Amino acid sequence: MRSIRAAAVGAVTVSLALAATACGGGSSNGGGSNDSPKTLTYWASNQGASIAVDKKVLQPELDKFEKQTGIKVKLEVVPWSDLLNRILTATTSGQGPDVLNIGNTWSASLQATGALLPWDAKNFAKIGGKDRFVDSALGSTGAAGKDPAAVPLYSMAYALYYNKQIFADAGISKPPATWDELVADGKKISAKGKSPLGAEGSNLSENIHHVFVFAKQHGGEFFTADGKADFTNAKVVDAVKQYVDLMAKDKVIPTGDAEYAQNQSVSDFAKGKQAMLLWQSASANLKSQGMSPDQYGIAPVPVQSGTPGTGTQVNSMVAGINLAVFKNSHNLDGAAKFVKFMTSDAEQKILNTAYSSIPPVRTAQTDAAFNSPANAVLKDTLAKSAAALPQVADESQFETAVGTAVKNLFADVAAGRAVTTASVKAALEKAQQQMPAK
Amino acid sequence: MTTTTLKEPLRGSPAGAATREPRRRTGRIRRAGLPYLLLLPALILELLVHLVPMVIGIVMSFKELTQFYIRDWGTAPWTGLGNYKVSVDFDAPVGEALLHSFFVTVAFTLLSVGLCWLIGTAAAIYMQDTFTGRGLLRALFLVPYALPVYAAVITWVFMFQHDNGLVNHVLHDQLHLTDKPSFWLIGDNSFYALLTVSVWKGWPFAFLIVMAGLQNIPGELYEAAALDGAGMWQQIRRITLPSLRPVNQVLLLVLFLWTFNDFNTPYVLFGKSAPEAADLISVHIYQASFVTWNFGTGSAMSVLLLLFLLVVTGVYLALTSRGRRTGDV
Repeated sequence: MRSIRAAAVGAVTVSLALAATACGGGSSNGGGSNDSPKTLTYWASNQGASIAVDKKVLQPELDKFEKQTGIKVKLEVVPWSDLLNRILTATTSGQGPDVLNIGNTWSASLQATGALLPWDAKNFAKIGGKDRFVDSALGSTGAAGKDPAAVPLYSMAYALYYNKQIFADAGISKPPATWDELVADGKKISAKGKSPLGAEGSNLSENIHHVFVFAKQHGGEFFTADGKADFTNAKVVDAVKQYVDLMAKDKVIPTGDAEYAQNQSVSDFAKGKQAMLLWQSASANLKSQGMSPDQYGIAPVPVQSGTPGTGTQVNSMVAGINLAVFKNSHNLDGAAKFVKFMTSDAEQKILNTAYSSIPPVRTAQTDAAFNSPANAVLKDTLAKSAAALPQVADESQFETAVGTAVKNLFADVAAGRAVTTASVKAALEKAQQQMPAK
Repeated sequence: MTTTTLKEPLRGSPAGAATREPRRRTGRIRRAGLPYLLLLPALILELLVHLVPMVIGIVMSFKELTQFYIRDWGTAPWTGLGNYKVSVDFDAPVGEALLHSFFVTVAFTLLSVGLCWLIGTAAAIYMQDTFTGRGLLRALFLVPYALPVYAAVITWVFMFQHDNGLVNHVLHDQLHLTDKPSFWLIGDNSFYALLTVSVWKGWPFAFLIVMAGLQNIPGELYEAAALDGAGMWQQIRRITLPSLRPVNQVLLLVLFLWTFNDFNTPYVLFGKSAPEAADLISVHIYQASFVTWNFGTGSAMSVLLLLFLLVVTGVYLALTSRGRRTGDV
């Protein structure tokens, strides 16, 4: 009796213990086909202010596509918090969408899984050729020397958004062009009782995007030329410290932002509580939060000195969304047609306008719709002073490890602990140890 | 226990024992087989739903299942005990982090289970007396348990926010207990935030179970004790707690397992990377597998966790049931 009960409890224990961690699924066996030519499943990333907004933007276009080709597209908009997990699960099980959006920084990591259709010359020919896309966007589609894992869909860049009224009240006539100017302006803004700059201290991706640019400006790289993690070199340490010091030493980022991870800093800016925001293509988001375009100005992200450009004058990552085809698709031809449709000039204009992003397609980019002052800054940044995040297979792990290190450093600042070169180096050392040993 | 008493008279009857033996044996086999037959569907489903994924998980723990192989698990190279070595090498960063997470989880579980039990039992005992509004209070107490976890914990996230959260508003703005608003979702305080939510969510279950257990204690025991001059504390110590022993035995075990394995609460509170002070093992393993895309190491950690919980459960059951047997005599 006792042994039966023990066995029963044991079984319950076993199931409880593994319930949280067990992973089901099976292995997939290779390539796709054209077995179901009449339907496609499309996973879109959440580009608009909400999932409902995305559906409203995309559905009419999908209807157009159905009218042209007779292929019905089943749309699912996947929130960012789930997208990568969903893709991993789909990769593991072989049961996924036909076409999907990926964050362009994931390209090399997902490319390594082999789940995405490589865009070789033959596949590119189906959508009008590789030359249709601008180089900066193509630079973020997979590891160098390999066929791209995806094609660019929307391009974005970071810019400095500033509240015109707060700047006028603080007696600031033009947006800061260097970090020193930004810190000096921050002091004037603080004196007026507003918070100078926002940040998402607990958002790993945001942290990575910023420290990547700071590292560039210090002439540092997170990875060596042969793809090894090198987080503790002096230039990277200085770069990370400079970013965290915006909160710790310069006090332009309020300590409360250390726990922000849900775009609260965008809301703070939209509500007029905060003077500046470093964000990618924020116009549509700000509009949906009730801030009209004439209330804010857009300027390039500051540099250390001089003007934005290449090398140490980089002031943004190449941000954007790529469109990928799942290798296991049962409608490979239809998927290619859909990619062609989505990257056509007409659709590029419609979609990038709706999402306030820049078309990565050359011919669409020249359209008058993308010549507004806001888009001019973004377009200029993308063309001249944006750099792609490391295109290495470990990119996803890098985002997590270093993003967490920066998050913990912000938490230290919030808790009143000092942030020193040594403590930054220690945090980065720990991040580096978490990277796959290879 | 009852079957043996039923069998006794049969075995004792001398007449025709030899001739009836075969039929009795088949009958006994049939009778003995029936429970297994009835259990079969459950057993098959259990195999499918729990054991198969478990076995796959255990197999995975012996493989180098990184992003390069997840598309086709079969091609992932075997690593033998490599993943386990990495997990328990406490001098290296991965093992050290796992050990840290393990200690955090142990401390968190002990505190949470202890508090859940204490609050639940105290509330259940107070609710024994009839008074106006008892039904309403009982229902109210069960609300945290009935709420969907996600909704409840998200509400706590809002309350724990640094700038606009209710907790800081009360502690700092109104009661002036702190010099400046505290951070609850990052840094060291996150442990207490997690503990608070866990206890808030868990104690109604203890309350419910203990309340059910209390219904089975005969009222005469208390009356007799009262006549003998026992006070309230003595009644609780000498009657209530001993009578609740079997209930508590199961309750504590279940609470322990749930709390130790709790994933939803820390994940909703802190997201993918929990602060070190609140780095519970379930989220840690999640991060080791999903966020760093190393499912082999994640599985190895899961298996280690499973073994640990099995050992704890086994020792606990052995100790408590031995104690009870001597108690019965």
